[in-house]
Amino acid sequence: MPTTTVAGVAVDRNDEGFFTDPDQWTEAMAPELAAAEGIDTLTENHWTVIKFMRAEYAEKGTGPTVRLLGKTSGVSVKELYQLFPKGPAKVAAKIAGIPKPRGCI
Amino acid sequence: MGDTTTKPDPITKVSVIISKGSLEGIYPGLIMANGARAEGIEANLFFTFFGLDAIHQARHEHIKLATVGNPGLHLPTMAGGLPGVSSLMTRYMNHKMEELDIPSIPEFVEMIADSGAGMYACKASVDLFGLEKNDFIPQVQDVITVGEFYEIAAGGQIIFT
Repeated sequence: MPTTTVAGVAVDRNDEGFFTDPDQWTEAMAPELAAAEGIDTLTENHWTVIKFMRAEYAEKGTGPTVRLLGKTSGVSVKELYQLFPKGPAKVAAKIAGIPKPRGCI
Repeated sequence: MGDTTTKPDPITKVSVIISKGSLEGIYPGLIMANGARAEGIEANLFFTFFGLDAIHQARHEHIKLATVGNPGLHLPTMAGGLPGVSSLMTRYMNHKMEELDIPSIPEFVEMIADSGAGMYACKASVDLFGLEKNDFIPQVQDVITVGEFYEIAAGGQIIFT
């Protein structure tokens, strides 16, 4: 499990870049994590999704799928893919410092 | 081919063909396409033959499970053929899927279109069944030939279901 530095802080992430300990994450790390995914500016809608990911993970122990995000985060599926073109649930989980969601739908 | 020390190249594009019109014939292709988009993989869906029912305005809400000739169901063929059995089993299956929050076929198709996947109908099948583009849901971009399909599928993997 490689240790990497994000926003000047050492954090543990797996080979794919997902945090293995979500408690190590802070909001200050999000812009740098987003930039690594090709997202230069985090808009209000990005933050809505990121915070929703954190809240879902804290409550259920697993991140939401795109389907659940589209239904409950207040951001539509269409917008989600505009915000995170490389896969909303996957990329948002990475930026939000939680493990990769494992749902099939 | 890469040597054993390098990871294989990730899949970046898929074209999923849906050729069957039963519940169990349609869902797998939709799940493959949706899952691809969720991974950031470019995806296109091609509906051919009875698979066209999945995007047919009047039919896609009434897709049924095949209860005859479906040994996986563990139901005697004679019983599966009785009137109403297919509807009953379909209702049961839809109910189970709803519990797992799996979207219905119309909802799923719309969601996949919203994810940016392309949707196309096969011209040969459309002609065969006497259909037109406006028989399909508006998310269907075009009715295309097999040659056009291969052009769109270029550079990616093709999955036939």
